[in-house]
Amino acid sequence: MAAPLIEICDLKKVYALDGVQIQALRGIDLRVDEGELLAIMGPSGSGKSTLMHILGCLDAADSGSYRLRGEDIGRVSSDALARLRNREIGFVFQSFNLLPRTSALENVETPLIYAGVGKAERRERAREALQRLGLEERLHHLPSQLSGGQQQRVAIARALVSRPSILLADEPTGNLDTATSDEILSLLDNLNRSTGLTIILITHEPEVAQHAGRTLYVRDGRLEAHP
Amino acid sequence: MSWPAALALAMRALWRNKTRAMLTTLGVIIGVASVIAMVAIGTGAQQRIAQQLENMGTNSLVIRAGTVTRGGVRTGAGTTTSLTLDDAMAVAELPGVLAVAPSVQASAQVRYRGSNWGTAIQGVTPEYFKVRSWPLVAGEVFSQAQVANAGHVCLLGQTVVRELFGLLEPIGESILIGSLPCRIIGVLAEKGATAWGSDQDDAIFVPISTVQRKLRGITYIERIELTTTGREASFRTSKDITKLLRERHQLGDETDDDFRIYNRAELAQTSEESARVFTWLLGSIASVSLLVGGIGIMNIMLVSVTERTREIGIRMALGARARDILWQFLLEALVLSGIGGLLGILVGLGGATAVARFSQLPVEVTPPSVLIAFLFAALVGVFFGLHPARKASRLRPIDALRYE
Repeated sequence: MAAPLIEICDLKKVYALDGVQIQALRGIDLRVDEGELLAIMGPSGSGKSTLMHILGCLDAADSGSYRLRGEDIGRVSSDALARLRNREIGFVFQSFNLLPRTSALENVETPLIYAGVGKAERRERAREALQRLGLEERLHHLPSQLSGGQQQRVAIARALVSRPSILLADEPTGNLDTATSDEILSLLDNLNRSTGLTIILITHEPEVAQHAGRTLYVRDGRLEAHP
Repeated sequence: MSWPAALALAMRALWRNKTRAMLTTLGVIIGVASVIAMVAIGTGAQQRIAQQLENMGTNSLVIRAGTVTRGGVRTGAGTTTSLTLDDAMAVAELPGVLAVAPSVQASAQVRYRGSNWGTAIQGVTPEYFKVRSWPLVAGEVFSQAQVANAGHVCLLGQTVVRELFGLLEPIGESILIGSLPCRIIGVLAEKGATAWGSDQDDAIFVPISTVQRKLRGITYIERIELTTTGREASFRTSKDITKLLRERHQLGDETDDDFRIYNRAELAQTSEESARVFTWLLGSIASVSLLVGGIGIMNIMLVSVTERTREIGIRMALGARARDILWQFLLEALVLSGIGGLLGILVGLGGATAVARFSQLPVEVTPPSVLIAFLFAALVGVFFGLHPARKASRLRPIDALRYE
C-alpha cells in the first residue's frame, strides 16, 4: 500500500484561555490517503478547528507527530511551513477570508506571488482558475461586490490555483444559504471525483458530511469513527 | 517573492489609503524641504560672509610695534621704537609678500583759512594705497622722491574734505598741519568706518618721512601693513615675519616679541567657522522635523499593521513567509519616505528660491545637502518602518488569522 498523504499520531494541543488550560486535542490518530474526501464533524468547541489549523500548518501541536507526505512537520522551519502552505495546502474558510479591497483576480494571484511565479503566468493561471469556477465575468470585482457564494468560489479558486495536494475546507458553507451551500458542496464533490484532489471538510452539519466518502467525529479532543 | 511584485504590493496598499499615505508623506516632505531650505540659507550666509571677508582682504597682515619686557622689567612705550623702515624692507623680501606699507601716525590740528579740524596724520608710502586698495577720486599719490625728502604734500580723506572745505575744491590748496604748511595733491575715495567703528576717512596722509622728521622727530615706524599672495601665504608669512623680526631685533629666547602681528585671515577663518557651525545648526534643527516625520511613518505603519492583522494572517495562510511580510511593510514605509524625500526636494528647492526672491537673503542650494537630506529621509523610513514591519512578520499565522 502507498504511503498515506497524512499520518498523525497521538497529537495533543493545550491552550490557555483567560488563564484556564483548555485541552483542545487529547491524542488524535489519523491517516488520510491521497484522493479521499474526508469529513470531520463535531460540535463547536470540540477541537475540530484546532485540528484543521494543525493540519494546515497554521498552528503547531504540543506533542505527537504529524507527517505530510512522510515529512515530519514538527521539525521543519517556519519558512518550510510557509512553503507547504503555499504549495501543498489550499484553504477554504467559513468567512471566505478574501483580501479586502482587492479584486477577485488579484486575490487568486496572491498564492502565486509567494510561489515566485512571474506576472504573466500568474495572471493567466488566476484567470483560468476563476473561469473553471464560472467567475470569468467577475475577474475585476472586489469581494464587497460579490455574493457570498461567489466569494466562496473565489476563495476556492485561490485555494486551487497553486495546485495543492490537499484542500482544507473549514465550515465552507457556514455562511451560505442552502441553495448556495449545495452548489459549493457539489463543486467540491466534483473536484474530488474529477481531479482526485484530497479534500478534508470540517463541518457540524450532517447534510454536508453526507457528501464525504468517510466521516470522522471529534468529541472532547478525540477522533471517533461513529457519532 | 520577487522585487517588482513586492513593490507593486506596497504601492497598491498605499494607494488604497491615499489620504493617509499623503498625510504621512507630508511629514517627510516638510522635513526634507526644511533641511534643504535651511542648509541653503546657511550656505548662502556662509558664502556672503566669505565674500565680505575677501573684500576686507584676507590676504593682509598688520605688524604693530608693541611693548617689550626684558628680564621681568616692562620697559614701557619708549622701547617700542625697534620697528624700522629697514624692517619693512626686509619683510618685503619674504616669499609670499606682495606689497609692504610702513606707517607712523601723529595727531594734529589742521587749519585751512577760517576753519580748523583735529585729525589723524598718517605718514605712509605710495604703496599704502595699493595695500589697502584705497583709490583716489581726484589728484594723485605723492612720489617716492617726495617720500625721500619729506615733501610738504598731503592727501585728504573724505571726512577732512567735508570738515575743512565743504563744497570747495581742495586740490592745489595749502593747509597747515600744526605749523607745517602742506599742499593738497589728492583726495581719497570714501572708505567708511572700520568694523570696530572708527572713521577711516577722518585722516590726512603725508609721506612717512614728513611725519617722522617734521612732525614727531623720530626714526622708527609704528606699523607695517602688507598684502600676501593669499590666505595660505598669510599664515606662513606671519610665522616667517616673527622669525625674521626676532632675529633683526636680536631678541633672546627668553624675551617676548616687541611687535605684534594681526592676521585678517585668522579673523576670516573664525568667522567662516562660525558660519559653518550656523549652517550645521540650521540643518540639525530642520533634521528634527524630518525625525518627527519619521515618527509619523512609524505611527501610521503600526496602525496599519494592527488594522491589517487579518490580511497578514490570510497572506501567511496562502504561503507568505515572515520575510515576505517584513518586506511588504518595510517597502511601504520606504516608499512613503522615498516619495516624501523626492517631493521634499522639490518643495525645498522652491522654498529656497522663494526665500531668495522675497527676503534678499543669499541662498545657495548645494547638491550634497540635497543628497544628504534624501538619504536621511530614506534612512528614517528604514529606521521607523523596521519596527512595525518586524511586528507584522512575527505574528503567528493562526493568531493573525483569528484576529478580529
